[in-house]
Amino acid sequence: MPKRTDISSILVIGAGPIIIGQACEFDYSGTQAIKALKEEGYRVILVNSNPATIMTDPEFADATYVEPITPEVVAKIIEKERPDAVLPTMGGQTALNTALALFNDGTLEKFGVTMIGADADAIDKAEDRQRFREAMDKIGLESARSGVAHTVEEAYKVLERTGLPSIIRPSFTLGGTGGGVAYNKAEFEAIVKSGLEASPTTEVLIEESLLGWKEYEMEVVRDRNDNAIIICSIENVDPMGVHTGDSITVAPALTLTDKEYQIMRSASIAVLREIGVETGGSNVQFAVNPKDGRLIVIEMNPRVSRSSALASKATGFPIARVAAKLAVGYTLDELTNEITGATPASFEPTIDYVVTKIPRFAFEKFKGAQPLLSTAMKSVGEVMAIGRNIKESMQKALRGLETGLDGFNRVLELEGASRDEITAALAKQTPDRLLNVAQAFREGFTVEDVHAITHFDPWFLRHIHEIIAEEANILENGLPLDAEGLRRLKAMGFSDRRLATLAVRSVHVAGGLGETQARRSGLLHDALKGLAGATSEAEVRELREKLGVRPVFKRIDSCAAEFEAVTPYMYSTYEAPSFGEAECEARPSDRTKVVILGGGPNRIGQGIEFDYCCVHACFALEEAGYETIMVNCNPETVSTDYDTSDRLYFEPLTAEDVLEILRVEQSNGTLLGVIVQFGGQTPLKLAQALEDAGIPILGTSPDAIDLAEDRERFAALVEKLGLKQPLNGIARSRDEAVAVASRIGYPVLMRPSYVLGGRAMEIVDSQQQLDDYITTAVQVSGDSPVLIDQYLRDAIECDVDALCDGERVVIAGVMQHIEEAGIHSGDSACTLPPYSLPAEVVREMERQAEALALALGVKGLMNVQFAVKDGVVYLIEVNPRASRTVPFVAKAIGQPIAKIAARVMAGEPLTNFPPIKRDLPYMAVKEAVFPFARFPGVDPVLSPEMKSTGEVMGLDLDFATAFAKAQLGAGVRLPDSGLVFVSVKDTDKPAILPAARKLVALGFTLVATGGTERYLAEAGVPVQRINKVAEGRPHIVDRIVDGDVALIFNTTEGWQSLKDSQSIRMAALGGRVPYFTTAAGSVAAVEAIGSLRGAQLEVRSLQSYYA
Amino acid sequence: MADAASSHAQPSAGQQPKGATGVLVLADGTLVWGKGFGAVGEAVGEVCFNTAMTGYQEVMTDPSYAGQIVTFTFPHIGNVGCNDEDLESKVDGAVGCVVREDVTVPSNFRSREEFTRWLAAKGKIGLAGIDTRALTRRIRLSGAPNAVIAHHPEGRFDLPALLKRAQAWPGLEGMDLARVVSREKQEGWEGGVWTLGQGYARSPRDARPHVVAIDYGAKDNIFRNLVKAGAQVTVVPAQTPLETILALEPAGVFLSNGPGDPAATGAYAVPTIKALLDRDVPVFGICLGHQMLGLAAGATTIKMQQGHRGANHPVKRLADGVVEITSMNHGFAVDNSALPDTLEETHVSLFDGSNCGIAVKGKRAFGVQYHPEASPGPMDSFYLFEKFVGMLQR
Repeated sequence: MPKRTDISSILVIGAGPIIIGQACEFDYSGTQAIKALKEEGYRVILVNSNPATIMTDPEFADATYVEPITPEVVAKIIEKERPDAVLPTMGGQTALNTALALFNDGTLEKFGVTMIGADADAIDKAEDRQRFREAMDKIGLESARSGVAHTVEEAYKVLERTGLPSIIRPSFTLGGTGGGVAYNKAEFEAIVKSGLEASPTTEVLIEESLLGWKEYEMEVVRDRNDNAIIICSIENVDPMGVHTGDSITVAPALTLTDKEYQIMRSASIAVLREIGVETGGSNVQFAVNPKDGRLIVIEMNPRVSRSSALASKATGFPIARVAAKLAVGYTLDELTNEITGATPASFEPTIDYVVTKIPRFAFEKFKGAQPLLSTAMKSVGEVMAIGRNIKESMQKALRGLETGLDGFNRVLELEGASRDEITAALAKQTPDRLLNVAQAFREGFTVEDVHAITHFDPWFLRHIHEIIAEEANILENGLPLDAEGLRRLKAMGFSDRRLATLAVRSVHVAGGLGETQARRSGLLHDALKGLAGATSEAEVRELREKLGVRPVFKRIDSCAAEFEAVTPYMYSTYEAPSFGEAECEARPSDRTKVVILGGGPNRIGQGIEFDYCCVHACFALEEAGYETIMVNCNPETVSTDYDTSDRLYFEPLTAEDVLEILRVEQSNGTLLGVIVQFGGQTPLKLAQALEDAGIPILGTSPDAIDLAEDRERFAALVEKLGLKQPLNGIARSRDEAVAVASRIGYPVLMRPSYVLGGRAMEIVDSQQQLDDYITTAVQVSGDSPVLIDQYLRDAIECDVDALCDGERVVIAGVMQHIEEAGIHSGDSACTLPPYSLPAEVVREMERQAEALALALGVKGLMNVQFAVKDGVVYLIEVNPRASRTVPFVAKAIGQPIAKIAARVMAGEPLTNFPPIKRDLPYMAVKEAVFPFARFPGVDPVLSPEMKSTGEVMGLDLDFATAFAKAQLGAGVRLPDSGLVFVSVKDTDKPAILPAARKLVALGFTLVATGGTERYLAEAGVPVQRINKVAEGRPHIVDRIVDGDVALIFNTTEGWQSLKDSQSIRMAALGGRVPYFTTAAGSVAAVEAIGSLRGAQLEVRSLQSYYA
Repeated sequence: MADAASSHAQPSAGQQPKGATGVLVLADGTLVWGKGFGAVGEAVGEVCFNTAMTGYQEVMTDPSYAGQIVTFTFPHIGNVGCNDEDLESKVDGAVGCVVREDVTVPSNFRSREEFTRWLAAKGKIGLAGIDTRALTRRIRLSGAPNAVIAHHPEGRFDLPALLKRAQAWPGLEGMDLARVVSREKQEGWEGGVWTLGQGYARSPRDARPHVVAIDYGAKDNIFRNLVKAGAQVTVVPAQTPLETILALEPAGVFLSNGPGDPAATGAYAVPTIKALLDRDVPVFGICLGHQMLGLAAGATTIKMQQGHRGANHPVKRLADGVVEITSMNHGFAVDNSALPDTLEETHVSLFDGSNCGIAVKGKRAFGVQYHPEASPGPMDSFYLFEKFVGMLQR
């Protein structure tokens, strides 16, 4: 069936900011979809508030709206652009819900817009728990015993049927927010309440617990001719009970007979048919009773999802691209698989390797959060690894996670622990459960023991057990010194570094102690290494090279080598030399090539922004005629899409794995160099190893990057340039820290060296706090020294992004933070251009940035952070590499600065590029988005520790409106009437006064606690007094919980006041009341409310701003 | 078949690695060392591959693999063990298999026996630790080689003798294996279709239309599907004379899949099928049976550039454009560049446009190149059994 000609323009709805449960996989799918639709000649209109996405690059869609994704705003875009159709299946739950709202309120009908991909009824049927159940009953598929409740009373009625434990799932939320597993009635009631709260339809589904059942997912694609194919089956290693996004999963399914698999396959297709997903990709989840194979349908997503991104990368089938083509009327038989070039799109991929996905968590960022997994998703990223067997695949995934693992590292807390302690640890679903399982085996647990506690399928457990048995063997006997023996270990996925840890040079000493002891005591092992001489990673590599044990690269071709594939999408493995020499399919070209190292799994502080930069490097260098080679292990990204680079290696970003790729690539053609400055800390950490191996690094030298990060070297440079830094010092003990702090004077900013995302950074107001910090935070980061800075209270913080080619410097953008210095820059809202700084201060910052760029010999991008206090510019830090702000700046100024930087790194002068226009006739505001709602019990307060998962951009002609849009995009709905609670520290009172006046003028009512109330009243502002929590009831938290408060301004000074106000912030978060914890943020919010009152929000495309 | 050059070849690819207890000796002298499992001994056959990720037990009992050594492209084989249900025949089928990974202890509630023990009991040889992807690519690029697969627990092999045996084996071309794997006696088929928790149903003995199925090396699931579609089935050996078939008063005749060279089997199968067509007996053929039907209707078969071997192949039904995902295992096809007027092409491969289905014009006779009975594979094409049985009830 040919494509539809009755439509000519299509609106694509993106997913908005990166949040837990909705990450850059939707940039990946949206970008593919837009490319696919443009290829067919459609006019594409895009709305997405996330500036760090590739899809919002102005060259992709015809009209790109970086505007809040709310039904009201999207309706305005529809009214303006009059698309013929809307594609709601590429932007996650956000897009689906928005499209459904526009259908329900009649907007789509009013403007004659058709839904393609999935229609409103199919979405509703899949998402509405009751309708979904009825649909499953109709086609004879079993669902769990369950019922829907809209009140707590109804919930208890359902509980009579399901019994405890039971699973509570709120309707229409992503990643299961607000849901959970209840084991007793108190828990049940609490989870039901939070679920009803989280659900936009105040509805929860309560289900019988299937804990311990196996969990599977099927990725299905269907066309309008009713052809349906399975792209991939996915098996969860964790049984039911952990959200699939938080589960360790493998592909394909590994513990099903063909008969069971085919039942699931047929059922998946039947589900799509019954739900009525006409075209595109969907995901169907099943639970299987391991005792009898009984199959239960859990849910289906009538859209592309995180799992479809994983399935695409796992199989080499571009689901989103194909789904977009099917949505405009093509059928599967008319399309080819662009990745393989060899197979038709209707070919069900078959694979000859094993894929493992392991999620990455950020519990350490949220003090007080329990690191326990449940049915509500909590992970912030994931790693995918490919191996020729499950062991290799799992061990590659573990080291690709970049959480300091080289494989199944020892769990010190469980070493030598009692059986009961280990059993208790295994019974908990924690982020580290895979390592706990391995440790349990070290402590003598059997596969049967662990299975009985964890319900992990014995098949997976046995492989882990074998790995641990092999580790014990190495601990006892050392490394094999022959090629076959070493290859056997490498084929099990052991990294050189892990082998080095396990290998004690003196076999005699280890052997003499006996196996049990050697296995039991890791600490003893460390001591032995001291005695006998440790084996280093380099020594293992040397041994490997001497014996000729090297990995080979195999291609991902969707057909298990049945046919020849064209696209070079590869992974490494250790193969037996079955035909004389192990067969390598890398076939490197004879071209001049550049290798770009990606950022690995997403985490807080290193996410989509860095992937954006890597993707731009690929695009730019390809345009410049180089062959681009991408190395990354994050399946959610655009960088790992098949057509982003010329060649793609899906590999962990460790020195060992990257060096082996480079060795193969250097065997033909010319390696111009490697780009390590675009992927965040991940590739930077490899710079030394690459340099040691003689690999050319493009752009700014790793030494210059190190200089900027090394306190003492950097201080010398600052002095040489005559710049001013806040007073600072370095301390290696508690006493040194006390001395340094008293020299500088409190408050001070303390942090360990070499930080990312401000981890373990803290503002310290007193010696007591300093002691607290030394005992808790520094312990987290090992034995690195602590850095202590003068803390410039209430200073204005700024970011400057610049380009430099070693001789010339171009300032790309100056951003003014809205929150004062001390809040992590990644968590601050900011504006470009600055909204309230004098021109001479801006010029001074530019001057300093230029001096620094030239002094550091920057070739590429550089980011400088300044603090401005009383008109004086202080230099905070310099990062001579791509920073988190790059995509925001690029999108705000309309210049591809990452692309320019990549070409500068490859040798071009800045004079080759058109000048950057700096006087913008509009304002861009960035706002951060936080996952506090996912971590009950955590104080939702901003600090020097970065906590945000994503960002949005608000664009408009004036600051107030742009700020309002940024808030709306970030999910904060500013009120236009009601009660405002104000409680600010003394130094903020003068700043807040005019804002308070304005609120009253706008018709708001003010309430305030003691000091603030007196201050405002004395200034003649009508205000009522309200009790602080400590002052007796009813107090402010009572009013918030009752839903009386529409807006909160609450700033604090000092430790105690921060602690006292925690309940206010938590009540606000729970009640979804907008709250601002800084004076500047509060003032901006009032301006935004004023601007919203004045006029209707207008929408404008990026292209119109740039024109 | 060995050519002059390779008959002088010495076993190559270096020393026997330490601990190697199995070897694949290709007729060109290449030695592929690994770990033996399953039966001890040696067997000769053609090395082929299958890309299905599930259903190894079904593949190993599929008579179409007679005289073949199956390379499984999926690295983990044996995960779910073996059971008494996932059998596709009682005959020998494949003589051995080659896998990437050591077979692990199975994990599945249906498992009754480990794959290695099951193989040993069936007298089939396994070889593990092989780069099966490299082997598959060799097969793709230079055709399926003849080889001996051997397993000895102490790793003692008489390599020159094994090589000689590999070279002396005449190969599948011209080999009528259907006769070898076909039943020797007529059988009233009793099995019905499998359901989870129930196992196989029994075929009801009632007034259902009677299908006589000619067994050229049939997979049992074909008969189970015919029963499910509403037929009763009598299975007869490959060389059953026309008169015997007609004496069974068939409402329709089914032509099964099978191994070997279609030309060789055609020598006796085609005249019988022609006679059935002349008498307007409804006919349905699968795989080799489809090729036999084609030959009987005047088509020719060709050896394909690249055979199709997996459970994931898309086929387009020309009547309405619907795509079926099918299980395939064939290296020969009906030549659709020169179909006679008597035949209509009904299905084509979406991969290479090769013929996947025919219907005889003016007759109730059709065939498909792929395996609608699946096992292993998708069940998209079950409708074909209903279509056939529907014709009989008319």
